[in-house]
Amino acid sequence: MKHLVFAAGMLGATTAFAETPELIVYTYDSFVSDWGPGPAVEKAFEATCGCDLKLVGAGDGAALLARLKLEGERSDADVVLGLDTNLTAAAKATGLFADHSVSADYALPIAWEDATFAPYDWGYFAFVHNADATAPKNFVELAASDLKIVIQDPRSSTPGLGLLMWVKAAYGDKAPEIWEGLSDNVLTVTKGWSEAYGLFLEGEADMVLSYTTSPAYHLIAEEDASKAAAAFDEGHYMQVEVAGKLAASDQPELADQFLAFMVSDAFQSIIPTTNWMYPAVTPAEGLPEGFDTLVTPEKSLLLSADEAAALRDAALDEWLTALSR
Amino acid sequence: MIGVLFAVALRADPGAGLGPADWSAIRFTVWQAILSASCSVLLAIPVARGIARRRFWGRRVLIALMGAPFILPVIVAILGILVVFGRSGWISDLLVLMGQEPLRIYGLQGVVLAHVFFNLPLATRLILQGWQEIPAERFRLAAQLNVDGPSMWRLLEWPMLRQVVPGAFAVIFAICLSSFAVALTLGGGPRATTIELAIYEAFRLEFDLGRAALLSGLQLVLTGLAAFVALRMAIGEGFGSGLDRPLRRWDGQAAVARGLDVVWITAAGLFLVLPLAAIVLSGIPGLLSLSARSADLLVRAAGNSLVISATSTLLMLVLVVPMTVAIALRPLNGGGVLAELAGLLGLAVSPLVIGTGLFIVLFPFVDPFALALPVTALVNALMALPFALRILVPRVRDILARYGRLALSLDLQGWTFMRVVLLPRLRPQLGFAAGLAAALSMGDLGVIALFSDSETATLPLQVYRLMGAYRTDAAAAGALLLLCLSVGMFYVLDRGGRRHAET
Repeated sequence: MKHLVFAAGMLGATTAFAETPELIVYTYDSFVSDWGPGPAVEKAFEATCGCDLKLVGAGDGAALLARLKLEGERSDADVVLGLDTNLTAAAKATGLFADHSVSADYALPIAWEDATFAPYDWGYFAFVHNADATAPKNFVELAASDLKIVIQDPRSSTPGLGLLMWVKAAYGDKAPEIWEGLSDNVLTVTKGWSEAYGLFLEGEADMVLSYTTSPAYHLIAEEDASKAAAAFDEGHYMQVEVAGKLAASDQPELADQFLAFMVSDAFQSIIPTTNWMYPAVTPAEGLPEGFDTLVTPEKSLLLSADEAAALRDAALDEWLTALSR
Repeated sequence: MIGVLFAVALRADPGAGLGPADWSAIRFTVWQAILSASCSVLLAIPVARGIARRRFWGRRVLIALMGAPFILPVIVAILGILVVFGRSGWISDLLVLMGQEPLRIYGLQGVVLAHVFFNLPLATRLILQGWQEIPAERFRLAAQLNVDGPSMWRLLEWPMLRQVVPGAFAVIFAICLSSFAVALTLGGGPRATTIELAIYEAFRLEFDLGRAALLSGLQLVLTGLAAFVALRMAIGEGFGSGLDRPLRRWDGQAAVARGLDVVWITAAGLFLVLPLAAIVLSGIPGLLSLSARSADLLVRAAGNSLVISATSTLLMLVLVVPMTVAIALRPLNGGGVLAELAGLLGLAVSPLVIGTGLFIVLFPFVDPFALALPVTALVNALMALPFALRILVPRVRDILARYGRLALSLDLQGWTFMRVVLLPRLRPQLGFAAGLAAALSMGDLGVIALFSDSETATLPLQVYRLMGAYRTDAAAAGALLLLCLSVGMFYVLDRGGRRHAET
């Protein structure tokens, strides 16, 4: 009980002294972490808005949505940032979101026509390998090879779910055969991206499911050109990360202002070297040096939010059946 | 714990029952938990026996290190294990050099290996404690009567093990039952789906709280059943009272016995130390090249972790002493078992469900984020309870049996009894329990991850975040720091409890 009293006191104190309006943005954990875009974004927005921007991290994208569902309309959040297109259908179905008023000249390889969610960055899923190894050109070649890959479990990880959709988008009804072929290449399946990438860096596997932008981190931050992403000729599935404002927000104008800021240069130029993704709108100064060395897929794959939601359960079953043998 | 589960269930929509996939998850979960717990306990017996009757250089360090694997964040421990046993690990490299195939760790064998790595030390400590609770006079008498080898086993060791082993098994079974990341990663894929993963799926993908609560309830029932059976098997009289004299052992001096002890202790020591050494080795370069910013974050996170750890240890001690006395006052096979069961169940509820339940309970009243640290401390204290009960109950039972009547006749009651009789005799056990609680809380990633904002990260969470942001070297440095802090806290508390005891 003491904690409750203590906490209530603390809360009372903070609200009493808060003179500037407060905008609460729920996002995923790695966004707010010190190495993520969070700190720089907060500083840049607070410099213009005359408000207090509070970024709250809640696990990853899926945990974020679960959190929002738990809180419902009583949620303190004004904006939710960090869902991807695999989640937006479910997010929209909650009825908690209001339409946005953002318009921008997006650099996405696809047209963006979502009235509820606005994109802030995007990337391609890809298998990352050591640059000196020869990589397969597509899933079929990968399945025929004896390369070992580490992937993430679609039930607990966003990239894992992305891979499921990738194979489904590329192969449709033939997806089960692809998974069947891949089953002897899958060294293991991990809970999240960090475990998988860690295993790969330890040399346990030849390739790991990550993003085409992963080698940019090693190149720019570590000056290490030893990692590369394999270009697959059936195309690469995209992850588009989006934000939306909540209908029950007590700061709707500020929320709109934040979403507009989100697609401006100030926000977008922070993204590439903190979130290691492509900015949704290319900033005036262009992409940082090093991004030009990345693999650019010839074909971009993306299922619409509704398709992704409709296909998920069947795709998961196929995946489980093929890999459980 | 039950209340928390209830909160999740109340918020749930009426959901479907269990599908075939759930049943196969249940089968796998139970099977791996039985195997892991059995292996841990069976292997721990000879190791504990060796440590109990030998004095050797590094013995104290080995005992202190036994707190380490148990508290490591899963991801760190997995990477440590893989550096040694992985496909391109040290042993595989050696095998390849000798023209053999590399080790195949991914599969059930990997799951059991990792669980044994986590739990063998705990089992060893619990069983070692059983040996240490045999009064020194018994060994003196045994030596006078020239009892050794098989007779020693029959007269002293087997009766002691029958009391201690079932409890140790129950605790480890409960831990392995709610395993998730270890089982999945080392199990080599969705074949190794555990109930905990199914809970994740229900919660994250389907947001089906009913299913999450149902599966979590199932975990509770399974743990409850196993623990009930195990604790019912824990029978036997105590060893009577001694004069708390320093322990000397005269048995087990034959060459074969010595040799076997050396082999067991060395094997267990290597099995334990090699992955830890891998963590240390990969942490040192990271520590040397740590940027000021990462260092600052790690230090702040370490501060948070220390505060949480100290708070939860204190909370646990405050809770556990009255609980222990209440349990110990009951007959061995009656209500005491039920009370102990209640303590064990805390282990069986998934952190995700605990976190969600707490969230549902707290959210209408306060901002859960403001409570991140206190809630974590409280949950950690509850998580440490079952271990503490396991450690304290047998000893308190003995003390009450030995000194209860004398105390009553001297009208020693309440606080005076605690101060004069109970606590001084309980010191080693309290120290061990506190050390375990502190280390456990230090390494816990469960609840904080659901509640934390950017300022209130604990060390394990910060390590995880570093890994998630590609900062592998800094993460390794953080893991090393965590390892040192946990072992340090464990060592200080555990030694503190046994300051003037021989062992």
